[in-house]
Amino acid sequence: MAEPCIISVRGLTNRFGDQVVHQDLDLDVRRGEILGVVGGSGTGKSVLMRSIIGLQQPDAGEIRVFDEGMVGKEEDEATDVRRRWGVLFQGGALFSTLTVAENVQVPLREFYPDFSSQMLDEIARYKIHLSGLPAEAAHKFPSELSGGMRKRAGLARALAMDPELLFLDEPTAGLDPIGAANFDNLTRNLKETLGLTVFLITHDLDTLYAICDRVAVLADHKVIAIGPIEDLLATDHPWIKEYFSGPRGRAARRGHAKKTENSVVDKQLQGRP
Amino acid sequence: MAEAADFILEQSPGGDGIIRFSGRLAIANVSNLDERLRALGEPVKQIDLSSIDHIDTVGAWLVYRTAKEHDAEIIGADNDAKRLIEAVSGVDESDPVKRVTPSSLNRFLAEIGHGVAIAFSTLLDFLGFVGQVVKAGFVLMLNPSRFRWHAVVQHFDMVGVRALGIVGLMSFLIGIVIAQQGAVQLRQFGAEVFTINLIGRLTFRELGILMTAIMVAGRSGSAFAAQIGTMKITEEIDAMRTIGVVPAEALVVPRVIATVIMMPLLGIYASLMAIIGGGLLCWIVLEIPPSTFVQRLREVTPMTDFWIGLIKAPVFGAIIAMAGCFQGMQVQGNSEQVGLKTTAAVVQAIFLVIVLDAFFAVFFSSIGWD
Repeated sequence: MAEPCIISVRGLTNRFGDQVVHQDLDLDVRRGEILGVVGGSGTGKSVLMRSIIGLQQPDAGEIRVFDEGMVGKEEDEATDVRRRWGVLFQGGALFSTLTVAENVQVPLREFYPDFSSQMLDEIARYKIHLSGLPAEAAHKFPSELSGGMRKRAGLARALAMDPELLFLDEPTAGLDPIGAANFDNLTRNLKETLGLTVFLITHDLDTLYAICDRVAVLADHKVIAIGPIEDLLATDHPWIKEYFSGPRGRAARRGHAKKTENSVVDKQLQGRP
Repeated sequence: MAEAADFILEQSPGGDGIIRFSGRLAIANVSNLDERLRALGEPVKQIDLSSIDHIDTVGAWLVYRTAKEHDAEIIGADNDAKRLIEAVSGVDESDPVKRVTPSSLNRFLAEIGHGVAIAFSTLLDFLGFVGQVVKAGFVLMLNPSRFRWHAVVQHFDMVGVRALGIVGLMSFLIGIVIAQQGAVQLRQFGAEVFTINLIGRLTFRELGILMTAIMVAGRSGSAFAAQIGTMKITEEIDAMRTIGVVPAEALVVPRVIATVIMMPLLGIYASLMAIIGGGLLCWIVLEIPPSTFVQRLREVTPMTDFWIGLIKAPVFGAIIAMAGCFQGMQVQGNSEQVGLKTTAAVVQAIFLVIVLDAFFAVFFSSIGWD
């Protein structure tokens, strides 16, 4: 492939007043991977995502998405890049005055005004199906949905344009463990089926173990480590140790180990030396 | 690289139709395919995907839909295409995507009925709320130690002191407008001097208080509704209740008392500013010197006008504060409601103030205070 790195961030610096969020941060996201981004509260995970998708102008540095520079681009610029990504915000960020189906159709109407309304309805219907929502959710308003359904509806909208790159901001936060596990499976399946690259911000250790190909750890204003979880466990940075080897980290690891024992084939572990 | 998607319909030797797709079957390239595929009349037995370059879910959906319509077999699909077609199949198509809406006549009638029902239930709820507040007021009178002086003083500042600038400016300008219009009309009869009667009586009796009430409803009534509504959404009110704090005592009574006390003060201030504005115009345009203006004002404006304004003001204040707090308490669910209820608070407050003002006007006339 001509662009093995879908996102490449170089020397990113973000400051809010005196407070430094990022300093000389480098990050690469490879095509076809699910990259988990972790870090303590206030280490700028969301700011990093907002910088990449152009909602936050960095103070310095270069950000390239699909090999196109994103720094300094206005909202109406770089639309070719924008239509190749989908973003799921933390609360779903659905437009509250539109039904779920209309929410899914917003980006389609924006970019492809010549689609017939019948086609738009059909697309909305199967996107809603893909994101695991029941068919009757299509004509409901966001306020009539539960938190988990709202996230799925947000995912349906993020998938509306058949993106190659998906940004997920804490997709499992606020979901019950069953809902969170379902959402993980959904993310994994969609990634496999649609060939997505996923940039995933999460606090959920189970999610990290279950679906992430690589994990980037944010601390001290930069990415201090990036790689498969097994590699991260070998590093001796105190924060990483505490994060993965604390009681919750150990529990998630045990749960994951049990699951992989039970499953006959786990490509993720087998493919690794 | 972006070769438009296309298809051709061929007849096989056996007479069966075959659709052969080509190009990139992706969202950006398929817009005209949709209608053409829908318009296909002939039966199709096979759909050939062997010569496509790329497929995404929209392309897969078109292929799947066409195959399903014609009961056709999909051949030549690579793994990507198979996976995507598999993913989009199994959609439940029985359920409508759009919300089913009743006919416009039904909706019109339903809206009228709904509006009437809401009006009555709101009136009842409002009366209940007023009762609650009065009760809370009595409870506080019996237990003065629970009274929140600090909150009242803070609302004095918000409702009264901070409104001085805008209320003063507005009243000053209204005084000028009354004087100017009065002068123009009365000049036709050579009775310019009666402009002073107009200013004096109108401002103290009606406009000073009424305009202040409208301003306070817009400034403070809306703020009360938004503050309490937001607290409702963030479950602060529920938290208060579980701790044992009565929201009517902690939130509503201080706001009502502050507004009841501030309204007469603001009203008098507004009337004075209007008179200064009117007096200024009389001085400049009609060349009535300030001393004459004041002297004449004292002759023609009865003290009852002042009392009327002073009686009305606290009543209006109570109504504005209660309407604001009441609507804030009605907020449920999402943040959109805060906006709706804030608007409702202002509209309700101004409406009630004007209705009551009409009653007061008739009442004071009939007891001979004219």
